[in-house]
Amino acid sequence: MSSIAETLFGFIGRKAGTALKGIHDASKIINDIFYWSVLSPLKGKPVRFRAGVYEMVKAGYNSVPIVAVISFFIGIILAFQSAYQLKRVGALIYVANLVGVSITRELGPIMTAIIFSGRSGSAFAAEIGSMKAAEEVDALVSMGINPVRFIVVPKLLALMVMLPALTVFSDFMGILGGFVLSVTVLEIHPMSYIQQTINALLVKDVMTGLVKALAFGVVITVVGAYQGFRVKGGAEEVGRRTTSAVVASIFLVIVFDLFFTALFYYFT
Amino acid sequence: MENAIEVAGLVTHYGEREILKNISFSIAGGMTTVILGGSGCGKSTLLKHLIGLLKPTGGHILFQGKDITVMDEDELNEVRRKMGILFQGSALLNSMTVLDNVALPMREHTKLKDSTIQIMVRMKLDLVGLSGFEGFYPSQLSGGMKKRAGLARALALDPEMLFFDEPSAGLDPVTAAGLDELIVKLKKVFKMTIVVVTHELPSVFTIADYVIMLDAGRVIFCGTLDGLKASDNPRIRMFLERQPEQESYSPDDYFRIIAGE
Ligand SMILES: Nc1ncnc2c1ncn2[C@@H]1O[C@H](COP(=O)(O)OP(=O)(O)O)[C@@H](O)[C@H]1O
Ligand SMILES: [Mg+2]
Repeated sequence: MSSIAETLFGFIGRKAGTALKGIHDASKIINDIFYWSVLSPLKGKPVRFRAGVYEMVKAGYNSVPIVAVISFFIGIILAFQSAYQLKRVGALIYVANLVGVSITRELGPIMTAIIFSGRSGSAFAAEIGSMKAAEEVDALVSMGINPVRFIVVPKLLALMVMLPALTVFSDFMGILGGFVLSVTVLEIHPMSYIQQTINALLVKDVMTGLVKALAFGVVITVVGAYQGFRVKGGAEEVGRRTTSAVVASIFLVIVFDLFFTALFYYFT
Repeated sequence: MENAIEVAGLVTHYGEREILKNISFSIAGGMTTVILGGSGCGKSTLLKHLIGLLKPTGGHILFQGKDITVMDEDELNEVRRKMGILFQGSALLNSMTVLDNVALPMREHTKLKDSTIQIMVRMKLDLVGLSGFEGFYPSQLSGGMKKRAGLARALALDPEMLFFDEPSAGLDPVTAAGLDELIVKLKKVFKMTIVVVTHELPSVFTIADYVIMLDAGRVIFCGTLDGLKASDNPRIRMFLERQPEQESYSPDDYFRIIAGE
C-alpha cells in the first residue's frame, strides 16, 4: 500500500519538478528576449536589423501563397455555411456581414497564426536546435555574442511585422473568397455585397485582429526558441523538439485567442 | 613563467551525475598544454568550464589571477575576448560564408570599417592555409578545412590564449598532422598559450610541452612528455600502449547476468 502511494507521489513530484523547471526555463528565455529586444536597444545596442529583414523574407514573403490560398478557401467555405442558414430566413445579403466580421476578427488572424506555427515555429525550433547540437550556440557565447540577441530577436522582429501584415492580406483574401462565391453561386449583386461589407466592418474589428496577430507572433517565436534551446543531444532530439514546438504553439495560439476574444468582447 | 590558468578543487555535475571529481592543476603561460584522456572522461566538459560556458558545482578557476566562476556575463565576455576556441565539430555558423564567419567577432566587437575587416579576414585565412575559400559555405568544406576556418575565427581578435577541443578527431592522419603543425607554428610565431584537449597520442607527442591526464573525472598525471613516457601508473601505461580495458567479467558471468540469475 505504502509503495503504491510512494510511486504515485514520486510520479507526481517528478512531473511537478519537470513542469517547474520548464516554467523556469521558459521565463528565462522570455526575460532574455525582452531584454535583448527592448531594453538593450534602448541602451544603444541595436537589434540586427538586416538579419531581421532576411527572416521577414523567409517567414513572411515565402508564406504569401499558402496564406492566400487557404484564406481564399476559408472565405468560400464561410460564405457557403452562412448562406445555408441565412437563405432560410431570406436574408442572404447578410452573408457579407458574417464573412467580413468572422474573417477579420477571428479567422484571418488564427489561420495565419496556425500557418506560421507550422512553417516558422517549426523552422525556428529546428534551426536553433541544430545550432545547439552542433555547439554553434556555445561558439556564439564564447565569442561574447548573446545567442538570444543574435538568433531569436531578428526572428521575433520578423514575426511581429509579418504576422500582422499577412493577417491583413489573409483578411483581404478571405473576404475576396466570400465575395466570389456570393456573386456567382449565391447571385448577390457585386455592388451591394461590397457596400454591405463596408457597412458591416468596423475599424475595431480589423484592429483587434491585428492585436491578436501581434501576440501570436510573440507566442510562436518564444515557443520555437524555447524548444530549440532545450536540445541537448543530437539530431533525433531536434526532430522531437520541432514537433513539440508546432503542437505547443498551435495550442498556445488558441489559448491566447480565447483570452483576447473574451477581453475584446467585454472591453471594446 | 606565471600561470595563465589555475584550477582548484573543480567539481562538476550534469544533473545528479558527477563528471569531474575535485580536479586541480595549473596551465603555464606561453606553453602548449595537452589535456589527455579517454572518450567520455570529461575533457570537453572541463574545457567548457575553462572558458566559462558552464558553472561548476564546486571549486575555482582563476584566469590570469581572476576567478571566472564568480563572474557575471559582462565580466566573462571581457575575459572571453582574450580567448579563442576551436570546438570539436568546428561550430561554424552554417548560414554564413567562411568570410562572414571569421569576420563575425570583429564585426561584433570592433568598430573597424568593413573593408579593413575583409583584409584582416584574408590575412587570418592565409595564416591557416585557407586563402581563396572566403565565399564558401561550411557545408562545402571538408572536415579539415572546417577546422582551419574555425581556427581562423578563433584567431580573429588576436587572442592571448587558444583552446582546441579534439582538433584531430575525425580527420585522416595527414590532415591531422597538418593541423598539429599549424598549432606548433602558432605557438612559435605568436607566443600564445595553447590548451589542447585530445585522446590522440601522435598529436600529443608533436605538440605538447606539458601534459595533464584525466581518467574517470580525476587528474592522474601532470608533467612533461618525458615524465608521461616514464610513468609506471597502470592506467597511463594502458593508454600509451593502447591496451583494452580489463574485462571484469568472465564469459560465464556475462551469461548469468544476461539470463538474469
Ligand atoms: N549536456 C550533457 N548532459 C548530460 N551529460 C553529459 C552532457 N555532456 C556530456 N555528458 C556526459 O558527461 C561525460 C563527459 O562528457 P565529455 O566531457 O563530452 O567527454 P569527452 O569530451 O572527454 O569525450 C560523458 O559521459 C557524457 O555522456
Ligand atoms: Mg569531447
